[in-house]
Amino acid sequence: MKKSISMIQSDIISEFSMFDDWTEKYEYLIELGKSVPKIKDDEKKDENLIKGCQSRVWLFVEKKEDYIIYTADSDAIITKGIIALLIRVFSYQKAEDIANSNLHFIDKIGLKEHLSITRANGMLSMLKQMKMYAIALSKTQK
Amino acid sequence: MINTQEIRKQFPIINLNINRSNLIYFDNGATTQNPQNVIDTEKEYYEKMNANVHRGAHFLSSHATEKFEESRKSVQSFINAKSVKEIVFTKGTTESINLVANGFRSILKKDDEVLITEMEHHSNIVPWQICCKYAGAKLRVVPVKENGDLDMVSLKSMLNNKTKLVALTHISNALGTINPIEDICKLSHSFGAKILIDGAQAISHIKVDVQKLNVDFYCFSSHKMYGSTGVGVLYGKEELLNDLPPYQSGGEMIKDVSFEKTTYADLPYKFEAGTPNIAGVISLKSSIDFICKIGIDNIKNHENTLLNYATLELKKIKDLQILGTSKNKSGIISFNINSLHAYDIGVLLDKMGIAIRTGHHCAQPLMKRFNIAGTARISFAVYNTKDEIEKCIAAIKKSKKMLL
Repeated sequence: MKKSISMIQSDIISEFSMFDDWTEKYEYLIELGKSVPKIKDDEKKDENLIKGCQSRVWLFVEKKEDYIIYTADSDAIITKGIIALLIRVFSYQKAEDIANSNLHFIDKIGLKEHLSITRANGMLSMLKQMKMYAIALSKTQK
Repeated sequence: MINTQEIRKQFPIINLNINRSNLIYFDNGATTQNPQNVIDTEKEYYEKMNANVHRGAHFLSSHATEKFEESRKSVQSFINAKSVKEIVFTKGTTESINLVANGFRSILKKDDEVLITEMEHHSNIVPWQICCKYAGAKLRVVPVKENGDLDMVSLKSMLNNKTKLVALTHISNALGTINPIEDICKLSHSFGAKILIDGAQAISHIKVDVQKLNVDFYCFSSHKMYGSTGVGVLYGKEELLNDLPPYQSGGEMIKDVSFEKTTYADLPYKFEAGTPNIAGVISLKSSIDFICKIGIDNIKNHENTLLNYATLELKKIKDLQILGTSKNKSGIISFNINSLHAYDIGVLLDKMGIAIRTGHHCAQPLMKRFNIAGTARISFAVYNTKDEIEKCIAAIKKSKKMLL
């Protein structure tokens, strides 16, 4: 069985606590970013594009049985690393659980700056979009 | 030669620690930092002078007004305008351009032409799009060459007797190119066109003499010349400013108001409706004092040395491409490293306490012309040093290694 959203967040927090400095942390994020499956260029359509001033994010959502599966890509690798973490937390969860979740790990692992509005990197909009899909899908279930 | 160490002592922010490193501030194209004398003037205004200008009969108001007008005189002499009437205070370069573009809506006729260039900042594109749409005029765009120079051959061929206005930047914020304004003015005037210059990136870096250049309008911002945000200047030749209709209306810009008819104030007050950023305007004089004390040519030479050194060192980094290689460049370097995204480089440099700009630099058409999403940009000011460049080069190398 898939772990709960809160359990996965705890896992990530404890993994990140092992890093001694920012270099190790970002090297890990970059590795994660490289591991995200790329979306083919011809599938990167405007309707899936979340515009940020600095980097672009494409987000796809599908529903399999009760679970929501997210796929995402970005043109910036650090953004992709954070996307990989978000997908690890949210993908294959139930819509209702995603909609009701409290996302606290980003702050705990010291990456809050990437979700700040000033960064304009599309991350904040992506997070909102992920939740909105889940809220919309959880409503249709009822 | 200038004494950079002495200059650095005047900037409190330069000694800040960011992400556990001493701040290296290379985002001067976006905004410059304020020296102590500018900060002091701003503070002193609120401690000893705060009152509305051009209104009250009381001591504070007349004192503030006096200082406000001293600042106007200081700007006039700094850019060598003929008269203080030609100096209008706005809230920034963007508003200065909008003021003129708004006025040209009623000056332009159907099928008239406005020329801009491919290297313009959005704030020197969009106001003209709106203006031309309103007037039924045509907006034409002069192309940029591969090295970042303006295509002067195209410019010459695009000018004609329908061209009523040429609007272009003095220095490109994304490429660093210094445009030959004096030549372009001569050319434009020979066709009877007026010329407006976006001087935001030039004003604190090279000598600007509006009479020598013979520009019709020149726009710049205080915060790009070691001053506070929210203050800008529009220089305009007196007779042209007289012909322009008011931009905003309200208090201050009137002579007489009745419900039947309102007459407008004389220049420059016709364009200064409402209460301005008084503290900011007054402290602009302190910014000008700061620049003049060092000497604009000394600043230019210092930044030029930094530009040449950084360019040389950056070129040694494999797969790094510099966008904008004009022979006539200001201290701005835009670059990309092969497939790496500028944002990633910016994030990692920030982790090492180095502030640079990444993205499209509000010049999306220019990015499109070079077929890129954006660049990483280093831009210099008088307080930057060779030592900072060395640290930045090492940081770029480290970032590259991490990202590849």
